[in-house]
Amino acid sequence: MRVAVVVFPGTNCDQDVLHVFGTLLNAEAFPVWHRDTDLKNADLVVLPGGFSYGDYLRTGALAKLSPVMQVVKDFAGRGGRVLGICNGFQILCESGLLPGALLENVGQRFLSRFVHIKAEKSVGFFTSGMQPGRVITCPIAHFQGNYYADPETLAALEANGQVVFRYCDPAGNVAAGDRTSNVNGSCNAIAGICNKAGNVVGLMPHPERAVEALTGFVGGDTGLEPFLRSVAA
Amino acid sequence: MRFQVLVRLKGGVLDVQGKAIETGLKDKKFNALKNIRVGRVIELDVDGVSATEARAQVEEVCKLLLANPVIEQYEIKEAQ
Repeated sequence: MRVAVVVFPGTNCDQDVLHVFGTLLNAEAFPVWHRDTDLKNADLVVLPGGFSYGDYLRTGALAKLSPVMQVVKDFAGRGGRVLGICNGFQILCESGLLPGALLENVGQRFLSRFVHIKAEKSVGFFTSGMQPGRVITCPIAHFQGNYYADPETLAALEANGQVVFRYCDPAGNVAAGDRTSNVNGSCNAIAGICNKAGNVVGLMPHPERAVEALTGFVGGDTGLEPFLRSVAA
Repeated sequence: MRFQVLVRLKGGVLDVQGKAIETGLKDKKFNALKNIRVGRVIELDVDGVSATEARAQVEEVCKLLLANPVIEQYEIKEAQ
């Protein structure tokens, strides 16, 4: 498994993602600068978190114009696996690779904390190791994580099995209007989605921060390791 | 030619900045102020092309980058 980790000016989770895929998941992970147009035979492309272009204009808006994104679009169009984490998710939405947009959190605060999410039955390639309905604890760190799509798009996402993760309470209850569990106010409490074909996935939580004892996860299936193992499988 | 592009959130999209401003003002004497929406003004010059072509380019840039059609609408004005 060759994993290309795209680095834009302002990306700051690239080293964490390279470490997790390269060390923990035994993949061959390498950085790709945003001006490069060669994905070096990658099997998976990851757009990591951070503040690409300083979040100027809108989060992820300027990153979509970077030369590498045309190559990523072509790669995704051929069925290549693409994972966007946090700012990477925002870039995927701005690029049109995923539907919808990420608005500012309803509470007007940057949220850096742990949340509970649960996986849905999804069409995505990354679901093999996931247990739908199982409550997972994971960290978020964002100001624009409030997932928005118009009612038609939301209905299509639900009908097609494109919702991958939803925010929930510790018992697994999902309530979009509940700010203690759906902390950023996302439509339908959506924390992650995939495209219709299931080969492009984006999520606001940081799986790369939810797999090691150093960050409070004892390994195995407590955090998002099953998700990442499926992604890298 | 100088253009002014006004970018606004679409009607149904929650404007959390507008809400925050409204909440802040409520503590003062401005209870009558409602429905505050925050937008963005972008000004730019287009030189060396015809007026029609200039407007077409601004329109294209609005669609490509300046506004996100999922959540925003835009209005192009010729600045004096």
